[in-house]
Amino acid sequence: MGLYWSFGTVLLLLAITAPTALAFGFGGASAARSRIAPLRLFGKGYIAIVRGVPDIAFFLFFVLALDIFFEWIRHEIKCPDWTDSIWQGNDFVVCDVAKLPMNNAPQWIHETYGFFLAVLTFAIVFGAFAANVLYGAMRAVPHNQLETAEAYGMSRRQVYWRILVPQMWVFALPGLSNLWLVLIKATPLLFLLGVEDIVYWARELGGSKTPRFTDYPHGDWRVWYFLGLLIFYLAFTRVSEIVLDKVMRKLTHGQATMAGEAQRKAAA
Amino acid sequence: MSCWETIADYGLRSLGIGERVLPREGFTLCQQFTLIGSGMLWNIYFGVLALSAGFFLATAVALGKASNNVVIRKSSAWFIFLFRGSPLFIQFFFAYFLFLALKPISPIFDPFTSAWLGALIVLFLNTAAYSGEIFYGALQSVPRGDIEAADAYGMSGWARFKRVTWPTMLRLAWPAYTNEAIFLFHATTLVYFSGFPAWQQRGDALYYANFFADKTFNPFIPYPILAFYFILLTLCIISLFGLINRRLNRHLPQEARAKMKLKLNVIR
Repeated sequence: MGLYWSFGTVLLLLAITAPTALAFGFGGASAARSRIAPLRLFGKGYIAIVRGVPDIAFFLFFVLALDIFFEWIRHEIKCPDWTDSIWQGNDFVVCDVAKLPMNNAPQWIHETYGFFLAVLTFAIVFGAFAANVLYGAMRAVPHNQLETAEAYGMSRRQVYWRILVPQMWVFALPGLSNLWLVLIKATPLLFLLGVEDIVYWARELGGSKTPRFTDYPHGDWRVWYFLGLLIFYLAFTRVSEIVLDKVMRKLTHGQATMAGEAQRKAAA
Repeated sequence: MSCWETIADYGLRSLGIGERVLPREGFTLCQQFTLIGSGMLWNIYFGVLALSAGFFLATAVALGKASNNVVIRKSSAWFIFLFRGSPLFIQFFFAYFLFLALKPISPIFDPFTSAWLGALIVLFLNTAAYSGEIFYGALQSVPRGDIEAADAYGMSGWARFKRVTWPTMLRLAWPAYTNEAIFLFHATTLVYFSGFPAWQQRGDALYYANFFADKTFNPFIPYPILAFYFILLTLCIISLFGLINRRLNRHLPQEARAKMKLKLNVIR
């Protein structure tokens, strides 16, 4: 049963992470082109830092770091009279009430918390990439459009929400769809984060705990599980490509771009 | 123990030379730097070999995808889709278990189950597919005038390819290929996190960084060290590829030279 659930886990992760990362990206891109200098610096810094470092180091790092960060915040709030340092030698110690999840919490809370951390990590990392794409897309919207809107007396905020944001999607979509394909391919990393995803199960089902000793009474079936996974991902990628192609055609409709023009001519 | 002794003991630990036992407690900054740096040797080994071998297969695949022969074209396109459409992670797992399953058939497959050969093959095929796509794109955008000029000089076949098509293709593809090279090096960190076991704790940089993070429960030291090494490596790659780029573009007037634009991509 676990194997089937794990497919659900992967799909759920994608379903939750994609919008969250998009929101992070939108926030990051908006911050990066803000008029307020610290906010702009923050937005640009966020994009630059996450993009510069190997991804899986980030996945390994963020899960631990976020965990520590949350516990530390709760520690500061819940146990203000704790005098010892939270770093004792090589150990990180917080008071019992600040533990996340609680020591006595049922198993499913532990699993949900792990899943939540994974989603947050994915969202932070992919948010930075999405922010970069959206930032580029915002700059690609023809400047005349914005100037026209200003000439009509729209305020900065109105220009942003009514002109810039609706038009930027068509420029952002190629980058975003690329990102989506990458996100699909990133989900097996979940298993590194300790969430029981399909890779985890494919390994478990093979039976042996120690992959170094390879004498099985039966053949080694894990090859076939992984072949199945490979096909699952390939099919998923192919379907996504087809769907995104359709979306792109929809979005191009009526846009002042070459593709939009071509579509208009083809229809006429 | 002074830092020099640590370097002497652990500098080549990842190759199995020097002290056998990894440090157990009281981890110093020097130990972390040395061991993670010694792990980098593996990252460099995988990256350099896969890249230099993959270059040739990539050229072949790119030519194959542009070929007039249906069989060659289709098989090249499928090769590229297979490796670009599925997670590298799953490819590692699949290859590892495939080699494990092949092992009982013939002792020839023995070395394939260890990382130095098995993972290298996967990385080689993977980078060939990614760079094949880049080269294919560049091949499509070789200016027609160049080919016509070659025809006018009476060049055809091999001579035309070697003197006109291929250098132009490389010149056009080079900025994107630089990114691919950087990403290949980042991807080498996945090797010991997939099926391939780190025999006698001889792992790559991320393996040791993870080792320290697990032992100290403090991700804030080993991962930044890892990031530092990778940024250093990335700078080396950029300057080396920049030199080659200069040479490829040396016949062009100053302003027409392709600028190296670094666009960092994500997980493969």
